[in-house]
Amino acid sequence: MSSPSPGRTLVFKILRHNPQDPTSEPHVARFELEEYEGMTLFIALNEIRERFAPDLQFDFVCRAGICGSCGMVINGRPGLACRTLTSTLAPEITLAPLPVFKLIADLSVDTGEWMRGMSERLETWIHEQTPVDLHAVEERMEPELAEAIYELDRCIECGCCIAACGTARMREDFVGAVGLNKIARFRLDPRDARDDGDFYDLIGDDDGVFGCMSLLGCHDICPKELPLQTQIAFLRRKMVRVS
Amino acid sequence: MKIVYTDVLVIGGGLAGLRTAVGVKQRGFDTIVLSLVPAKRSHSAAAQGGMQASLGHSAMGAGDNEDVHFEDTVKGSDWGADQRVARMFTHVAPKAVRELAGWGVPWNRVSQGEREAVINAERVVITESAKAHGLITARDFGGTRKWRTCYTSDGTGHAMLFALGDQSIAHGIPVMERMEALALIHEGGRCYGAVVRNLVTGELSAFLARATTIATGGYGRIYKVSTNAVICEGTGTAIALETGVAELGNMEAVQFHPTAIVPAGILTTEGCRGDGGILRDVKGHRFMPDYEREKRELASRDVVSRRMTEHMRKGLAVQSPYGDHLWLDITVLGREHVHKNLREVTDICRYFLGMDPAEDWIPVRPTQHYSMGGIRTDHRGESTTLKGLFACGEAACWDMHGFNRLGGNSVAETVVAGMIVSEFIADFCAGSESDINLSTGLVREFVEREQAGLDGLLNSSNGESASAIRSRMEEIMIEQVGIFRTGSELESAVEELEQLLERSRRLSVRNRVPGANPELVAAYRLPKMLKLALCAALGARQRTESRGAHYREDFPQRNDRDWLNRSITTWPSAEATLPRLDYESIEVGDMELPPGFRGYGTRDHIDHPHSDQRHRQIEQILKAVDPNDRYARQAALMPFEHLLPEKYRPRSQRLEIKT
Repeated sequence: MSSPSPGRTLVFKILRHNPQDPTSEPHVARFELEEYEGMTLFIALNEIRERFAPDLQFDFVCRAGICGSCGMVINGRPGLACRTLTSTLAPEITLAPLPVFKLIADLSVDTGEWMRGMSERLETWIHEQTPVDLHAVEERMEPELAEAIYELDRCIECGCCIAACGTARMREDFVGAVGLNKIARFRLDPRDARDDGDFYDLIGDDDGVFGCMSLLGCHDICPKELPLQTQIAFLRRKMVRVS
Repeated sequence: MKIVYTDVLVIGGGLAGLRTAVGVKQRGFDTIVLSLVPAKRSHSAAAQGGMQASLGHSAMGAGDNEDVHFEDTVKGSDWGADQRVARMFTHVAPKAVRELAGWGVPWNRVSQGEREAVINAERVVITESAKAHGLITARDFGGTRKWRTCYTSDGTGHAMLFALGDQSIAHGIPVMERMEALALIHEGGRCYGAVVRNLVTGELSAFLARATTIATGGYGRIYKVSTNAVICEGTGTAIALETGVAELGNMEAVQFHPTAIVPAGILTTEGCRGDGGILRDVKGHRFMPDYEREKRELASRDVVSRRMTEHMRKGLAVQSPYGDHLWLDITVLGREHVHKNLREVTDICRYFLGMDPAEDWIPVRPTQHYSMGGIRTDHRGESTTLKGLFACGEAACWDMHGFNRLGGNSVAETVVAGMIVSEFIADFCAGSESDINLSTGLVREFVEREQAGLDGLLNSSNGESASAIRSRMEEIMIEQVGIFRTGSELESAVEELEQLLERSRRLSVRNRVPGANPELVAAYRLPKMLKLALCAALGARQRTESRGAHYREDFPQRNDRDWLNRSITTWPSAEATLPRLDYESIEVGDMELPPGFRGYGTRDHIDHPHSDQRHRQIEQILKAVDPNDRYARQAALMPFEHLLPEKYRPRSQRLEIKT
């Protein structure tokens, strides 16, 4: 277990705003907490809410780094708050909501609506060739291929890649690394009937793979360490070939 | 007053809810899913190790079939399960895996030839058949005779949930996020929908439906330390209880998972032990073989959790600032295996403990994990007492788990129950019995009652805050309604919880905004959670025997003579402070597998007077049936196929793999 220096006082500077409340103005609120061993931002934010700010809004669900609910900007860098130990940060901690997504309030943003929109546009589901016979022995797949698909399937739609993306800031409809990674995932999957022509129709423009400026913020911050850089580059080459 | 109409209202956007929604949509009905969070963030995503289905394609799963899976499930349940439901489940589980494969779940596959594995802390070589190459493989889990747990690394729930989430989008099913059902709308024993609060705006509306389905998961968060997500507060189960009509079953049956990390309480999958990991004490000694010579670390969860607690009580725990714990050692599996097949575990250890589980031992202890209890339903998933209300997944007591569920059977139940129950819901909606004749005046009454409750909380100024009461409830549950239980502790738990419930009716909040308001949410959920806690505590106090996860130190034997039954709780009235407790007997005469020795510890239980008779009867029946026809033998003992929706009745094919 990590052992931070004992007795640190942590100063939290949290960007607060509630668009539901007509009197609310965006401002930075300051809170102090005594740190203890094993403290995560999940623990700290709950303590702040409990002791100082009952109306403070943030999202946690699994609190285990699995569900992707708690993406926020931690000291300027998008990341998952639940698995961030305060001991890995300097004593002054700045927290802000993920940009690009619609703000619900304080640190809570609406990633759900954005992700659903992206999924509908890119049709992020298997386009079955023939319906599966549930009673028959399943189709075979090479073990390595199944593992390669899982590698890309690990995305948790936390939104950190979108928050770290230069294009997403400028282009409202850019599908981002999360969307491109999904296309790479379905492209790899032999169960999906779509071919590169079909994928080109979905991502062969500036809102898709050609909008990426290769700044690669997505790759650097992806909490699941997905190989976004290679996938986007690979897709771009494939899509150029189709065009 | 806003009223939304649909055919099927699904409350809960995890695996069970989504599969139900897809099922009714495929049958041509409209459906709306309500979810506290974006559906793909549901707690289903946290299922790591896999789902059980008897495909039998891996070498160590050879010879597996529905019969073996059924027997494991019933023994695991300590004979508490409804055996017909367990049969329906094991019959459909292989179909569910295959359906999910079609929807894109990248199940790990059999790779032909020799491979190394760790069994009982020793390296062995397993030879996979060339015939099975590329088919879905399985790993070992506790309480199973075959390697039966299908998996994608240790992110199985995630892969399943995303495949189903994407299917629900493909089917155009609206999933309304950040919506919470506060009460069911019902009259004359018929459920018509729910009063729903928008968690962002605070607005209340009524959702009316031919059928309402609750798939909101478990109630783990009534315990202080739980592996469950923070949203698993059992509120879906509670709104069913609060109708005063719907029954809850076996609420005292609460599972503790042996290996959650200390102190965060986050799960490390049973796959750690299934793949060969072992448990060690403060001296580094591997202690499980001392207690369970045959099954060792892979006894069923209730048994392992009890043995660990017993061992820690002997002073053999590791002491830490966060309390006592033991070690989970997966270093024996080797770095490559750990980093590839136990990836989430690796990440969890890295981020929360700052260590690499391929190098060091993981600090673990038993932690609340699963709610076997829930809304009591028939085999169709419909409430036994409230027409038009269905439930499936962890929120339901269907009841395939009885008093202990096997690892890998819950994530399997979510999709299997969703498949089966959605067909029955669709049948119900197709018939005239689902017609709604309801006055909007009644709907208004239900909405206004909820609004008045919320206004009361926002306007009252001298009440208590919810958080102190909630903490005390969580402590009581973990200390007095935990792994080891005694009559006197349970007595005092019930008494104090009752006082807490009374106090929880006089709360106030500091933050008085009607919209998004986490403090208000905590306040209105608290009485609901306390009611569930009381159902569990009272059920445990009255049940003077030990069965599965319910262990009474003062009554250590399983007592089939007096307690072969299901605890049924209902809530008598809004003012009541205790549930009403009844019992539903489980008939030995109908069982395919009559009660017997479960295979742990020593044989020590009180027999049911009809057990012997049923055993003899079964012998007689089987004499007349072809010993090589397992389907005929099963059908002679306990027919169940007619209970299934027709589309799921055909037998599942599997390749016969030679060992």
